[in-house]
Amino acid sequence: MRFLRRFLIRLSNFVTRRSADQRLREEIAEHLAFQTEENLRAGMSPTEARRQAVLKLGAAEAIRQDHHAEQSLPLVENLLFDLKYAVRMLGRSPGFAFVAIATIALGIGATTAIYSVLDATLLHPLPYPNPAELIRIQDDLPGVGAQGVGISIPELRDLQSSGIFQSTSITGTGANVNLTGGEQPLRLSFKQVTPNYFAVLGVDAQLGRTFDPHDATPGYNLEVVISDGLWRREFAADPHILGKTLRLDNDAYQVVGVMPRAFRDQGSTSEEQNVELWLGAGFAGLPFPPPLRGSRLGSRVVVARLKPGLSIAAAQAHLDALVESLKKQYPEEYPAHTAWTVRLIPLSESVVGSIRQSLILLFGAVGLVLLISCVNVANLLLARASARGREIAVRQALGAERTRLIRQLLTESLLLFLLGGIAGFAILFSARKFLLQLVPESLPHLNNISISWGVLAFALAVSVVAGTVFGLAPAWLMSRVDLIGTLKQEGRGSNGSRERSRARQILVIGELALSLVLMVSAGLLLRSFWDLYKLQPGFNPERVMAVQTWLPGPNDPAADIYRTATEEAVLLREILRRSRTLPGVEEAAVGDRTALPLGHSHPSPLPLVREGIETMDNQAPQIDSPIVSPEYFHLLAMPLLRGRLFNDQDLEVTPQVAIINQAAARTYWPGQDPLGKRVRLSLTSRDVSSSGPLPWTTIIGVIADARTESLADSGIPQLYRSVYQRPAKSLAIFLRGQLDPRAVSAQMREQVQTVDPELPVFQAETLDDVLSSSLSVRRFSMEMVAFFAATALLLAGLGIYGTISYLVNEQRREIAIRLALGAQRGNILKMVLRRGLGLAAAGAALGVAGALIVSHLMAGLLFGVSPTDLPTFAGVTVVLTAVALAASYIPALRAMRLDPITALHSE
Amino acid sequence: MKEKPDVLQGTLALMVLKTLDVLGPQHGWGIARRIEQISGDLLAVNQGTLYPLLLKLEHEGSIASEWGASKNNRRARFYRLTGAGRKQLQAETREWEQTAAIIARFFNVKAEDLP
Repeated sequence: MRFLRRFLIRLSNFVTRRSADQRLREEIAEHLAFQTEENLRAGMSPTEARRQAVLKLGAAEAIRQDHHAEQSLPLVENLLFDLKYAVRMLGRSPGFAFVAIATIALGIGATTAIYSVLDATLLHPLPYPNPAELIRIQDDLPGVGAQGVGISIPELRDLQSSGIFQSTSITGTGANVNLTGGEQPLRLSFKQVTPNYFAVLGVDAQLGRTFDPHDATPGYNLEVVISDGLWRREFAADPHILGKTLRLDNDAYQVVGVMPRAFRDQGSTSEEQNVELWLGAGFAGLPFPPPLRGSRLGSRVVVARLKPGLSIAAAQAHLDALVESLKKQYPEEYPAHTAWTVRLIPLSESVVGSIRQSLILLFGAVGLVLLISCVNVANLLLARASARGREIAVRQALGAERTRLIRQLLTESLLLFLLGGIAGFAILFSARKFLLQLVPESLPHLNNISISWGVLAFALAVSVVAGTVFGLAPAWLMSRVDLIGTLKQEGRGSNGSRERSRARQILVIGELALSLVLMVSAGLLLRSFWDLYKLQPGFNPERVMAVQTWLPGPNDPAADIYRTATEEAVLLREILRRSRTLPGVEEAAVGDRTALPLGHSHPSPLPLVREGIETMDNQAPQIDSPIVSPEYFHLLAMPLLRGRLFNDQDLEVTPQVAIINQAAARTYWPGQDPLGKRVRLSLTSRDVSSSGPLPWTTIIGVIADARTESLADSGIPQLYRSVYQRPAKSLAIFLRGQLDPRAVSAQMREQVQTVDPELPVFQAETLDDVLSSSLSVRRFSMEMVAFFAATALLLAGLGIYGTISYLVNEQRREIAIRLALGAQRGNILKMVLRRGLGLAAAGAALGVAGALIVSHLMAGLLFGVSPTDLPTFAGVTVVLTAVALAASYIPALRAMRLDPITALHSE
Repeated sequence: MKEKPDVLQGTLALMVLKTLDVLGPQHGWGIARRIEQISGDLLAVNQGTLYPLLLKLEHEGSIASEWGASKNNRRARFYRLTGAGRKQLQAETREWEQTAAIIARFFNVKAEDLP
């Protein structure tokens, strides 16, 4: 306590700069007067009395220093002094200061930019209380190679009563719904959720309430919670919105609550995060299948909150035991060979999804750039050492301690790095709007990216750490001056620089190696991207546009005016007929959202049950099943290989038919003719609505594989069905021809709404755009890494230039003597270039080794190019060597043109 | 310059506190002279070292100071013990006596006393 009090008083003295010096001086004067008087009384002469008094008092200066030390904070005072000195030193060499600060600003600014993306996505992916407790529950059937098959309601009840979770909810993955009754029918994203969903996330409504877990119904409970965005946009933030009725897909829902402005739904896609309506549902009654153990809720997600304090591993262990006992209890439902398992996945992980690897790669790349820029600055600091050798020697000769000198030099480099960090942050902050535009829209949590205090703290922390690490070595080397040698050499820099020059060469080799690693990564990514970009996708996206609409699907099927394919066909044929009359349109086709190439983030695969192949319940393979109109294949130029395409005679009343791609034929009928084979896309053999037996679907044609699911993978099985046999709600209308992309949306809206004014028309886009945005994350990371690699190359070039210039400068005398003795100028040039080449070779060798490790780590991000791709490695090495040679050429020329007489005279 | 060992620092502080306790408010020189008188030549302290110590004690709150006039009408800074200082003095006196007693016992032990 007393120590603290003392410290606080000293701190306040330091801050207020109150000096007790005056007081001490007065006191000492009084003291001397008293003592002199006393001495006089003892009979001394006045002079002697005074002298004895001073002797008795002791060394006044030491007392003053002690007194001052007691009064203030010497450490901080020294620091301030060092800082002042450092500022003066930087001011004296503004060129050096500018280059160093700019280099650091580049490194730290870029690192901080990537960190801010990482911060919003990987580090804080869940904007909910206690996010670590939130998990996703996934059912797998590894025995039949099926993942994420969905949970069944009885299983959910088992989980709820297991004691592992606080609460367990089911949610949809975000789907379309039409909001009608406004000026224009609106297509919105909604999620069906169990009433406890918001309780699981731990978020309450800002207005009204969320669903009450107690009024759970088996089906829908006709209540809706809306987002703040929708509330403000469509309802002008009406405070009396509660209790109003919204017509969603022709059903009346009552608004019970508005979520807070900051609330965003969880999910890995921007679509899921932009959900604006939440409908309460029990998933256990119509229109959902009956709650049987065998009927899994395929495309639903289970989100739960663990009991507090329970680790995921412990919870998983409990869950495994539960699964084992359930398997024993219901052997019929869980056949041993399907190996049913239930997996807990941290919600944060599943939300970030596939973007993780790209972001880590980017952070690694930008980290290398930071490292290179720091090495460059360390190099500059060492170069300055030779210029300042004398100054340091003088200070040491005057009695400066070595630790004190290191502290001084470290203060200088810290100041440099902090200024650089602040500059980098300031640039980043002022350019943030522009930079955010470069980030692909498909990045999750794009809206959460911000340059916050946390990001500033990161930038400062990085500056301090980098300043300490990269300032310490130069400071250490600089303070090791050979005193006498340096002082004896009048006017010349220091010698004893052999050590420093070795340090500089090591730094440059490191820089070259790091930039080679970056360049190889960039090269491999570039080749992957290029290969993907140049790839024949197997369909022709040119001059094709897709426009989407959504047919309402009311809860009561009887109220659905587009319930059957026959009813829907009337609408679709009319829309297609009208579309073909639009200016420029040559062909038109229609398909569901799954049929939109590369444009859907949620394939919802269906179980494929093949006739004649024994399939127990829930062990069928899963297959994507787009629904298309007969013109689809011709419009997208997907060639038929065998059999026939759909035609206008394939109707709801005629036998069900399907077309598969080669991959499906290969996978499911290996070595057989798939034509004429029959399948069913349902695990149950009975129709839920009509309760008649489900008819078989016959395969009538095989088309060539196309990369409609993923550009990187051509072999994904597909099974197409006709929209005239199988109704679809989520529709994409495809148009080919000379189209005006800006006008199509309005033209189509007019045509569609002439047929049915309640249908929304949205998201008109060209397939070329869809294609290119499907590559956006790849393009983003490729461009960023390429930018970083170019920066690294530039910095490494500067580094090698600086080092060679320095070496040439060191060897001026030697070169001059050689020249004076008749050395060929060409030989001098070669000698210097050989130094540069030596550094480049060492750097390249190290870099290739590093690049081999890194390229294997990033193999998952590559496409069509091996991680050890020889042309990339060779090309990059050649480029690096060329840059190194070019950078050494200028100092080499200078060495060659050295005038021996002037050089030797100046020594 | 070597720093004084802590023991001496601590004792000097204790002496200052005790002096102020016995004599009441004193100026620096008065304290110095008093310590010198009592300890004789055994404790050769530079009188100057007293002043940083006085400042430290003041910062710690054990003593307080103000300007005043001495007996022969000289202006001088007078130091006095505060309540906290008095408590500190009592505590440190107790500690000191304990330590001294323990040390004394060790010195009085003879070889035959040990079991």
